[in-house]
Amino acid sequence: MGEFLKIVFTTEFGYSVLRVTTPILFAALAALITDRAGVINIALEGIMLIAALTGVLFSAWFNSAWLGLIMALIFGLLSGMLIGYFHLQLKTNVILAAVALNLMASGGTIFILYIIAGDKGISSSIASKVLPKIALPLLDKIPVIGPILSGHNVLTYFALISVFLMHFFINKTPLGMRIRAVGENPEAADSVGISVKKTQFIALSLSGLIAAFGGAYMSMGYVSWFSRDMTAGRGFIALAAEAMGGASPVGSFLTSLLFGFFDALSNSLQLLRVPAEFVQMIPYVATVVGLVLYTAAKRKQHQRMLMKVGKKMESEA
Amino acid sequence: MKNKKLAFETLRTILAISISLLIALVTILLVSETPGAALRAFLFGPLSSLRHFGNVLEMMIPLIFTGLAISIMFTAAQFNLGAEGAFFMGAVVSSFAAVQWTLPMVIHPIVSILIGGLTGAVFCGIPALLKVKWGASELVSSLMFNYIALFFGLYLINYYLRDPNAGAMVSYRLAETAKLGTLIPRTRVHFGLIIAALFIVLMYYYTYRTRWGYRTRLTGLNDKFAEYAGIKTASVIISAQLLGGFIAGAGGSIELLGLYRRFSWQQLPGYGWSGVIVAILARRNPAYVPVAAFFLAYLRIGADLMSRQSDVQNEIVAIIQGVMIVLIAAAGFLEKSQYRMVFRDATRDLADSVQPAKEA
Repeated sequence: MGEFLKIVFTTEFGYSVLRVTTPILFAALAALITDRAGVINIALEGIMLIAALTGVLFSAWFNSAWLGLIMALIFGLLSGMLIGYFHLQLKTNVILAAVALNLMASGGTIFILYIIAGDKGISSSIASKVLPKIALPLLDKIPVIGPILSGHNVLTYFALISVFLMHFFINKTPLGMRIRAVGENPEAADSVGISVKKTQFIALSLSGLIAAFGGAYMSMGYVSWFSRDMTAGRGFIALAAEAMGGASPVGSFLTSLLFGFFDALSNSLQLLRVPAEFVQMIPYVATVVGLVLYTAAKRKQHQRMLMKVGKKMESEA
Repeated sequence: MKNKKLAFETLRTILAISISLLIALVTILLVSETPGAALRAFLFGPLSSLRHFGNVLEMMIPLIFTGLAISIMFTAAQFNLGAEGAFFMGAVVSSFAAVQWTLPMVIHPIVSILIGGLTGAVFCGIPALLKVKWGASELVSSLMFNYIALFFGLYLINYYLRDPNAGAMVSYRLAETAKLGTLIPRTRVHFGLIIAALFIVLMYYYTYRTRWGYRTRLTGLNDKFAEYAGIKTASVIISAQLLGGFIAGAGGSIELLGLYRRFSWQQLPGYGWSGVIVAILARRNPAYVPVAAFFLAYLRIGADLMSRQSDVQNEIVAIIQGVMIVLIAAAGFLEKSQYRMVFRDATRDLADSVQPAKEA
């Protein structure tokens, strides 16, 4: 136990929590925007993989990490649009369309990696670029907080900022309000002239774009290469994080942080003599437990509300 | 009318398959320096020898099991994607039975498969229970359970069944009595194929000829209506997923006992996801599952042969599969021509019915 606490209460651990939270947070925000529009997007896993590979390839070709990022974002956006087109125009069940995209991304990235790098596992033969790390001025001088918060990848800071951007976007902008209206009551939204199809298409496209940030971070920040199936279920974990966070940006941020904590823990605990398999299981078990606790609490709250309304009606009658 | 709908659906499926194959052909032509050899290996390789055709049949077996598993769960409109984990855990637990127990010849595999099936049922059943009891999405929790199954299974093997004398991380040898014998000589096709056929018949009967199957289909079509009609939808939802998990788990143990000498998987084998493809190709109908499984197995073996004999990698199958799924699952694909067909038939029927009236 002493050793365990020694691991958790270090600035390195705090730093690594933020580092591993970043991709989950991007994906959770991507899940949020479609969820608010009333569609579930389980293709985040595949979109992140596609973006991760595109980032590596184009950053090497253009010799610029930023251009690599832009290309990754474009491909993410296109993937989101593709899901939107199949779901909304060709009426494919959105889950099946996403399963198809995930399968294609998993095999297709390996296929392309082999053609270009001549290797099916890892892109180390490609001289890809990494997005810069940023030392926060002044903050990095403060003990404890400085080493935890400063010196992260630029996308980690952007992920944190995105939480507030998303909050603003969903709650304050006309498009955000349209998205919420469509998600909460599509018939009502339709009756006031909001196109449900168009709004959901925008939401799916944006979710592809946001997930692509997470994918690009994986291969151009978290590590400096692409390896097969490197997202390892983060796109799926993000769905749970978003659900548990009550589909709100700040809630999703907190739950992503929780999963980041367990993820970092599983990395650190491997130093102790805990069976590695158990440690690797932690984030997934935590996800299920969290999801159940959240939905159960929500259901109870709903029932209590119904009871209240019922009692009120009784007393009025 | 029903026949016409079936014919149209068949046409749609064939067209979707053709389009995806066409995309594959174009890709091969683009990337390969020996496209002729690549195409030949891809399309006709599986037919080139008994051994290769045997590979297709042996690959078909796990696809049939996960295809049936996903079919019954999707029939109940439950998007439980836990067949992957159930398949893996089924193999893990039945390898314990196959290594540690001493049982006579025929009984040993039967017991091992049953235990594997029950394990699978538990793994698909938990997300179902969480959904019915607390409302947690079975989609998300079953995705998590796949990873839990992977790491938990690896833990069990590494800490309780690992053979320290074997070089790699593998289990002890499975007992000879537990193995499924070879069905077709000079291939690796094992008796699992017979068990798979049995499961197909049983699942067809269950889905279309029993009260339970009817309830499952009705619940899948409209759960509120089913509830009003007096069906206990919660128990239908749970039983469909328990059954699906059982089939997937049994499939995992059959794969292990039929083809392996030791438990040696270090990754999820991916048959759960393939089951989704099979179920969609087969339109969730157990009778079509073997056809779909054969087709998919043929594609994969063809691609494997191609990657060995030419410079095109077998991951090209992933592209074919993806295009196939979205096109077949796309209700809007060819929708206009279907409307046109229905409209044409209706006007003709109308004309026919008006004609005799005039004469009279």
